[in-house]
Amino acid sequence: MDFTLSEDQLMFVEAARTVLADTCDTLRLRKMLERKDAFDQDRWDAVVETGLTVVLLPEAAGGLELGALDFALIAEAAGYYLLPEPLVESAGIAAPLLAAVSPASDYLSDPSKRIAIAHPINPVVADADIADAILLHHNGATHLLNPSQVTLTRVDSIDPFRRLFKVDWTPDRATQISDRSELWDQAFDRAALFAAAQGLGLAQRAVDLAVEYAKERQQFGKPIGTYQAVKHHLASAQTKIEFARPVLHAAAAGLANNDIFSRARISQAKLACLEAADYASRASLQVHGAMGYSYEVDVHLILKRALGLTYSWGEPALHCARVSERIFNRPVGPDQTFASEVA
Amino acid sequence: MELSYTPEHDAFRAEVREWLAQNVPAEPLEHFDATREGFEAHRAWEATLKSGDWGMVTWPKEYGGRGLDLISWLIFEEEYYRAGSPGRVNQNGIFLLGPTLIEFGTHEQKSRFLPPMASGDEIWAQAWSEPQAGSDLAGVRATCVQDGDDYILNGHKIWSSRAVFADWAFGLFRTPGTERHKGLSLIFFPLNAEGVTVNAIPKMNGHVGFAEIFLENVRVPAFNRLGDEGQGWHICMATAGFERGLMLRSPARYQVAAANLAALYQARKDSCDPSIEAEVVKAWMNAEAYALNIYATASRLMSGGKIGPETSTNKIFWSELDIHLHDTALRILGPEAEFTAPPSIEGQPLWIDDYIFALAGPIYAGSNEIQRNIIAERMLGLPR
Repeated sequence: MDFTLSEDQLMFVEAARTVLADTCDTLRLRKMLERKDAFDQDRWDAVVETGLTVVLLPEAAGGLELGALDFALIAEAAGYYLLPEPLVESAGIAAPLLAAVSPASDYLSDPSKRIAIAHPINPVVADADIADAILLHHNGATHLLNPSQVTLTRVDSIDPFRRLFKVDWTPDRATQISDRSELWDQAFDRAALFAAAQGLGLAQRAVDLAVEYAKERQQFGKPIGTYQAVKHHLASAQTKIEFARPVLHAAAAGLANNDIFSRARISQAKLACLEAADYASRASLQVHGAMGYSYEVDVHLILKRALGLTYSWGEPALHCARVSERIFNRPVGPDQTFASEVA
Repeated sequence: MELSYTPEHDAFRAEVREWLAQNVPAEPLEHFDATREGFEAHRAWEATLKSGDWGMVTWPKEYGGRGLDLISWLIFEEEYYRAGSPGRVNQNGIFLLGPTLIEFGTHEQKSRFLPPMASGDEIWAQAWSEPQAGSDLAGVRATCVQDGDDYILNGHKIWSSRAVFADWAFGLFRTPGTERHKGLSLIFFPLNAEGVTVNAIPKMNGHVGFAEIFLENVRVPAFNRLGDEGQGWHICMATAGFERGLMLRSPARYQVAAANLAALYQARKDSCDPSIEAEVVKAWMNAEAYALNIYATASRLMSGGKIGPETSTNKIFWSELDIHLHDTALRILGPEAEFTAPPSIEGQPLWIDDYIFALAGPIYAGSNEIQRNIIAERMLGLPR
């Protein structure tokens, strides 16, 4: 029984954080919005160069064959830095699905390729316009299309960096690459897990921003961070973060078990991490006061990303129902914390 | 990251489960804060535990423990709560003072105090708060004056849990002329020493679990001081770390309560508001999150980490989850919530009693407001 992260895990996530800190500051993100750019090629190149797109791929497909926990730590950093490019959707959710069907695919052998995924749980597809390929679901089967074979209609999100599209297409025998419907269930679990991880990163970013502001901003002759009313908002937010993190880590460690226990833990992680993100971004907004409500301060970027992630990849009621299923159909109690159906 | 038990841990769990199945009293004991009889019945239970060598499994063997790791301690607690075992009457000793003694005590002090603590022969109370020093604990006024090889203690302590029936207390005392955090020492005194007067303060539930203690020229050997003179604040913060962070409130306690809540909901599902299910799920998730956090903390400590200010987040989390969990139970019980007899469902606790107890959570062991200050200042770096 050991909950600690390995040296390798810590070093790899540190490398991810460094590349994102260097390339993903919000000034650069805002300029990208002003220019209406869909995509920052230099940043994506840096992300690819660091190996972040091949973390989950098997060695046979040129991947690092690391685990869900390793990628969750990267997704957490992507959340923290508000990464707009589809690292999580492509490398975390779509690529492992494609690898399970055709590990030799050209879309995998080139680590810079972006794969979008049209999962039936979501009404829209993120970043479909900048994808090299799109995985689509039809009656349990998997289809692989390129964007020229589908019709995309943009659906604007409150989060200006979430590029969502309705996809119209016609299933064809020629585009079908697999009929294994369980691949879509597994993709859903990965997606919920990595949405949780991003949520945890967002929550910490919201707290960090507010802490910096509360140290600087003076009222009644001293920094507002000296007042207990301000302190307590942020302490409550940090408490939610501290108790969401081990749930996320346990959910990531159990993902491969693929049973009722692991699914409940993943859903719990999504609920806990995104509740932390929601709570922390609203606390951050309150601590920033009117500045927080302005477009200029970054709080709204965090708040909007958290909102999008809360309701995509299964809304809270769905995840609550998955936890409920585990509670009322399997033993509960202190000896069941690490229960699984894997012998 | 390896979230499974070793065969040794599995075997240990089986051993604990079997022993408890044979030894836990069939009928619950009277509460240790209710009467002297209830207190002594719990002392006898501690002796029974010691006979199985279960006093405190993590302590070194030479001081009355088994020398096991923190994961074994968590397993022991899980089985202990699953079996519905009696409350630990010596929790101030074994969970708070014990770990502090192991860290700061001399070999002679450990040999003198730990074995009778592990066996329940000496039961401990905490004497920190004073009428003018609650949340502002550094305002302690009780004094200690060295006289040869002894200390003379004077002062007025209050809110001392279990002091009415306990044998010993550990208290914070000030060297006269010192101020605030400096000049405090942690000193042990027998509650039956000459010059000690203990007055019971009934709690909200009628139990005599609190006391105020008057010390009038109480003479104790300097041997009873833990650490150096003036090091008391530093040592108390370490004790508070164990209290808030790891030892005082085992996750198993809440996991058992959450399992009982799930059973209560299933039994009463047809007669209660369906929106309550989401609260039952939330209560279960909170208990699980607390357990996972504690396993993560245990792992960190086992690989050389130290307890720090993050323990304040624990105290907030368990105290708030406890109230939410019990509040949810009362909502399911509806008009029966106020009854002082348990619901007529096999294995159900007396929810109203546990609810009333949960209400104390945000107050004791340092109020949640103080914990939030600690988090803001020491974890987040906000100015004082």
